[in-house]
Amino acid sequence: MTNSKAIEVKDLTKSFKGKPALDEVSFVVDEGEMLALVGASGSGKSTLLRNINGLQIADKGIVTIFNTPIQDNGKNHSRIRRLRSQIGFIFQQFNLVSRLTVLENVLIGNLAKVPLSRSLFRQFRKWEKYQALAALQRVGILEQAYQRASTLSGGQQQRVAIARCLVQGAKIILADEPIASLDPESARKVMELLCQLNKEGITVVTSLHQVQMVRQYFPRAIALRDGRVMFDGAVEKLNDNRLTSIYGSAVEELVLRGHGEVLV
Amino acid sequence: MMQSENTSDYLSSDNNGKGTISAEVSQMLAKEAKRVTTGKVIFLVATIVILIFSYRQSELNFPLLFQRGENMVEYIKSYFPPDFSYWKTYLEDTLITVSMGIWGTLLAAIAAIPLSILASENVCPVWIVQPTRRLLDAMRAINEVVFALVFVVAVGLGPFAGVMALFIHTAGALGKLFSEAVEAIEPGQVEGVRATGASKIQEIIFGIIPQVIPLWTSFTLYRFESNVRAASVLGIVGAGGIGVLLYQSFQSFDYGKVCAILIILILATSIIDTISAKLRNWLV
Repeated sequence: MTNSKAIEVKDLTKSFKGKPALDEVSFVVDEGEMLALVGASGSGKSTLLRNINGLQIADKGIVTIFNTPIQDNGKNHSRIRRLRSQIGFIFQQFNLVSRLTVLENVLIGNLAKVPLSRSLFRQFRKWEKYQALAALQRVGILEQAYQRASTLSGGQQQRVAIARCLVQGAKIILADEPIASLDPESARKVMELLCQLNKEGITVVTSLHQVQMVRQYFPRAIALRDGRVMFDGAVEKLNDNRLTSIYGSAVEELVLRGHGEVLV
Repeated sequence: MMQSENTSDYLSSDNNGKGTISAEVSQMLAKEAKRVTTGKVIFLVATIVILIFSYRQSELNFPLLFQRGENMVEYIKSYFPPDFSYWKTYLEDTLITVSMGIWGTLLAAIAAIPLSILASENVCPVWIVQPTRRLLDAMRAINEVVFALVFVVAVGLGPFAGVMALFIHTAGALGKLFSEAVEAIEPGQVEGVRATGASKIQEIIFGIIPQVIPLWTSFTLYRFESNVRAASVLGIVGAGGIGVLLYQSFQSFDYGKVCAILIILILATSIIDTISAKLRNWLV
């Protein structure tokens, strides 16, 4: 694994109606890293992730993906779609197109490479379908390929979203609370899938509020509070005392809630 | 009984235990809207004034109906028996009328797709949305018959003028309805598509259209029903269809023929309504 920078965030600042959501956030993620963003709800995790692939634009600061600035002081890169196609994004609510089939949802990962003339008629080539089916097999839901996405369970939908990232050929996967809407068993499957993909060289950045999950799966964590980086380092150093000193009484939301039961 | 007792117990203990709750309750009660307000009185008066004014303007005179009752009976009698001697011609013209409805609606639906996207606030910026909406308003504001008069001059007498008239008016109506469906979509699904690096057009095709297709189809079928009805009138101004014969029979006081045409029209429209209602139920 090379040590080049996959993501570099510098002085990223954003506020919603005068309330700061991100406050001069800076950090670097090396290629092949597996990073967790920790924080209570409203601490800026989602905002940060959405800024990294330019779904949101910050007021100030730079986000660099593989040495290309995707946004620079409040302006998106002119070829943002090309950059975005290298970044897979997984949402808490899956964000699959519910009336399309599972296979079509996975094929959507190809859109950045498909010419407009073909996508006007929702046409995909045979090898693209083959590749998409292979991705579905990889995440373990090949049988459901021709069902509507809305008929799948939450855990299965999230795996479709991961298959979509695979078809994208994403080198980075950003996951925004990927397991918060899932039952413990599905959550475990999704996390293990992300870990495997990381071992194959994909950089993974995940926001989570379950500290147990972070300790189980992630070597490095960044803790946010009120849009500010309060901790950045090895997960072992993010012990309960450290968390309490960062979050005060809000720490209960992090440690006690969520999928602790899986790990018992 | 048990339940109501429990409830009253609960309420009274709360009232005794904490004075604060009853204070909050009474505060909430004070927030309840008053029955009679000046606004409501003004509204009521205005409604009555408008009703009286419009009654006079439209020269409503219900007693007249009864005064001329005998004439009415005579007149209605002259409609019967219906005269079906030209039923073949009527059927052919009804087919023309339905065909006008089909093509007027189809062209309108095709034109309404891009127009509705341009008129949706969640897709396009306001400087595109507002002009498009005004255009749709203009298309809708003018009745099919008026458009038919215009197109009869432009392309001559016949069904084509009628199709164009239906097309313009319906495109305005469908554009508006379609865009309302687009504005009610789930934004997350579109964002999922956007995050893969898809372009704006790809976002629309893969993220928006699959979500709105059932509603769009239903709207289009509904407009088809009403367009067949509208097409039967367009003949009166020379824009083709059964309306031409209807008007001619009226003019020559051939009420038996008028009756026959009306019966065929009622049959045709109810058949179409039934079929398209079935289709819509099946689609949505």
